Order: sequence, then C-alpha cells, then structure tokens
Amino acid sequence: MIEIEQVSKAYDGRFVVDDVTLAIPDGMFCVLLGPSGSGKSTILRMINRLVAFDAGRIRVGGKDVRSVPPEALRRRIGYAIQSVGLFPHWRVEDNIATVPRLLKWPRSRVRDRVTELLELLRLDPAIFRDKYPHQLSGGEQQRVGVARALAADPDVLLMDEPFAAVDPPTRAALQSELLRIQQATRKTIVFVTHDIEEALLLAGGIAILDRGRLVQWGAPLQILERPANAFVAEFVGGTAGGLRLLALHRVADRLRPGEPADGEPVAADASLRDALAAMIARHAERLPVVDGAGRPLGAIALADLVR
Amino acid sequence: MSRPGRRLFLSPLPWVAASFFALLFGMPALSPLFRLAFPAVRPAVFDRASFFSLWLSHLGIVATATSMATLLGVSLAVLATRPAGRDFRSIVNALATIGQTFPPAAVLALAVPALGFGPRPTIVALFLYGLLPIIENAIAGLENVPAAVRDAASGMGLSAWQRLTAVELPLAAPAILAGVRVSVTIAIGTATIGSTVGALTLGTPIFDGLAGNKLPYVIEGAVPAALFAILADMIFARLEARLRSVPPVTHN
Repeated sequence: MIEIEQVSKAYDGRFVVDDVTLAIPDGMFCVLLGPSGSGKSTILRMINRLVAFDAGRIRVGGKDVRSVPPEALRRRIGYAIQSVGLFPHWRVEDNIATVPRLLKWPRSRVRDRVTELLELLRLDPAIFRDKYPHQLSGGEQQRVGVARALAADPDVLLMDEPFAAVDPPTRAALQSELLRIQQATRKTIVFVTHDIEEALLLAGGIAILDRGRLVQWGAPLQILERPANAFVAEFVGGTAGGLRLLALHRVADRLRPGEPADGEPVAADASLRDALAAMIARHAERLPVVDGAGRPLGAIALADLVR
Repeated sequence: MSRPGRRLFLSPLPWVAASFFALLFGMPALSPLFRLAFPAVRPAVFDRASFFSLWLSHLGIVATATSMATLLGVSLAVLATRPAGRDFRSIVNALATIGQTFPPAAVLALAVPALGFGPRPTIVALFLYGLLPIIENAIAGLENVPAAVRDAASGMGLSAWQRLTAVELPLAAPAILAGVRVSVTIAIGTATIGSTVGALTLGTPIFDGLAGNKLPYVIEGAVPAALFAILADMIFARLEARLRSVPPVTHN
C-alpha cells in the first residue's frame, strides 16, 4: 500500500505537485499519466525521496517514508528509469547485483539471484552475465535495468517512462514481459508514462495528472467511459477514444451464444477492437466466436460493438 | 601468435625506455665521444653525481609534488562538483589559475627563504604548478558522469560516499589520469630549474654546464631529461588508453 496524502511541492512559488492524494493498493499496477510538466515524475521520485516534498505525507507499507534514512528506503524500493542508467564500468551481473550487495547478501545468493533474474527477463545468463552495458542493445539494456530494479525482491517498483526510449516492437515485448512479471509476482508498480496506449495496456489503475493536480483516478475503463473533465476526455480519448474503449472489452462480453456465423472465427478472449479489425479485413458483419480450445461458442455482429 | 609481444616490439615505448636507461647508465662510456667533440672540457662527462642518482632524485621530486597535487586537486574537484560546493567552484578555479600563472622560477625564489635550499622549494613550485590541469580535468571528468547514472545510483540507495567511490570516481578516472599526465610532463621539465636552488635533478648538469661554460654537461642533462618526459608521457598515455577501453571489473 502506497499512501500519498495531500502532498505538495513548489519551485519558486510555482506548484509542480499540488495537493495530491492517492492510495495505491498492494499488488496494483498503477500508471501515473499526464503530459510533460504534469508532475508525474516528481510524484514518483517523492515516493523514494529523490525529491523532497514541502507538505503532506507519503507512506509505503504503512511507514512514513521520512521516518527511515533515504538510502535504506531506496534499497527496498525498485527503481527503473527511461535512460536506464546502467553503470557503464560494471558488467551486467554487477549492475543487477547492486542492491543485493549493498544489503550484504552472501555471494552465492547474489549469484543465484542474478541468474534467476536474467532468466526471468529472458536474457541467457551464460551470454549476458559478463557483458558490459555498451555491448547490449537498447532493449537488452532496459531488460537489465528492470532486472536490477527487481534484484532485492522489493515489494514496490517505481518506473519512470522505462520503455519510452526503445523502438516500438521492443517496447511491446518489454510491456508484455512486465505484465507477465507483475502478474506472477504481484508487486506494486508505480509507472510513469505520457503514452495513453501504454497506460491502457498495463494499468490496473490510472492516475491522470494535469499541472501538478490529480484530476482523475480510476480503472482504465472508468476513465475512458466517464472522464472527469474535458482535459481527461481530450487527453485519453481524442478522436480515438471509441477505439481505445473497444480495446478494453472482450468479445465474450458481447457474445450472442449459440448463434451461427460463417468464416474465420475470432477468439472469445480477443478484444472488441481485434474483432472490429477482423470484420473490416474480411468485409464481414458477423464472425463466429470460439473458445481457447477452438470450440464454437456463438457469434458476434458489427452492431454488438457499438451497443 | 605472439601478437601482444609483436605490438610491444613495434610500439615506440620500449625503444624510448631502452634508450633512456642506456643513456642513464652508459653516459660515462660516451666519454671518448664527448672528449672528441669538446676537447677543452675536462672531465668530458659530468661526474659530481651518477646520472642514475640524479634521475632517482628527479623522479622523487616529481612523484612527491604530483602525488600531493593529485590528492589535493581531486579532493577540490570532488568538493566543487557536490551540490553544496557549486559556489566553491569559482574559487577553486581562481586559485588553481593563480598557481599556474605564477612562474615556477618566482615560486622557487620566494620559497627558498622559507624552506631553504634543497628539493623542498622545487616540490612546492611543482605542486602549485601542477594543480590546475589536475583540478580542471577532474572537474570535467566528474561532471561528465551521465545524469542518468547518478540518478540510478541514488535511486537504488547508494549513499553519497558510495556513489562517489563506486561510480563517479571510477568513471572520471580516465579524465583524472589525463590531468595527472599533463601535470607530470610539465613537472619533469620544470623540475630541472630546481637545480638552481640545490635540488638534485637531471637539470643539475645543465646548470653546471651553463655556469662553467661546459656545453657537454648541458647536453648530458638535457637529453635524458627530455627522454624522461617523453617516456613518462607515453606510459601515462598507455595507462589512460587502457582505462578508457576496458572498464575495470568491480566486485564486492
């Protein structure tokens, strides 16, 4: 549980974070979303005290972050950033082992943990353990960055636009990797991005920020369907809002059970956006729906998408 | 097959080193040559001290002065690059620049009354003179540590001291070494004038020769002194290249 209570921060009399209150439950993937200058990174960096706040209180796991020395706090909170910040003079293994070594884990435990994390991030330990950061691609560097953030098995992971600098296919792979890891480990993740698609894909909860203020906090669907104000509607929706909404619903939600249809089927757990794409591609207004094992369940029609 | 050995053979470093030490130990053997060229000078080779002992003393003076300048220079650079030390930075630069502007001969002249004759005034002069390149390079090296690396180090819970010793200084090491290299090279050359106030260096034969109108002594001091400076520069260049190419492996 991360509790941010009435936190504010001003530089030269101008508020960069203005009276923000936000409670992130354990195990949630929380995305802080907003345009640049909205204060999202500042809030993230307040949680591990890289930025001091002027007013309010932040608690992690029930403990006030100001009640422990900053170094001790940071060692139990994972931290990953856009430019990765791998130590160029350390091998991959040493980079990942940074926090475990600071915590004085025994040598063999550190080594096992590095192996485990490299495998978790799908980097072959035999190949990558001894490489230097400059020998890695951008995507590989970011994988190592994520592994390093996870190294001491922190309950909370702070990620500041970690995938913003990698190319789109690599980003997609890293996103699904992170989702998989989050689902397997149930870590609380606070993730900063300005990319609405990324937020919708990853988030369990989205906090939308505008000029230092929290303007809306809720599940992705809620934010798309009931934006709190015109700023949110414009920021998350724009002209593609309807399509984004379709992406959040499953075909199973609008299924016509038992009804027949011809042609190539779509899976019940595909999104409505996928179904729409399939209809357009096949010039079909009706598609058969099958379950994961390929058994027919019914049909979905074009009209069901706009219901 | 023996590629490293071959590279060593082809590089000028071992040749310069060999010529330098051959000259250092073999100077008396060149006596007939000097006698032939300068029949009027007796003895033809400087003999108040062995060239090896002159070099040892020269080396000791340079090493002492440069070590002190490195220690103080890097410390000042560290202070000047801390968030709290930003204001301090212009003072550091001003002081170092003054140290550099002061002619070493003037420093020597001023230091003699305080420190007496011998190596000490020379060490002070070289120390002051060598500070600027070390401070400037160390500041540049520390400032060139990528902000993301510093941010990541803090974010993962390295203390300020751990960040400095484990991350910033190792990454700034090549730049710091470049500053030390400049300082050493200058010091080797400048140390020769220390002989005018009683320091034993390869400059001793030079000034003896100038004072007594004995040209061979000037040559016998100047050539090894020049080779010494070139050799030191080559060694540092090699160290620097090694530091830049292969990041050192750091373990706990």
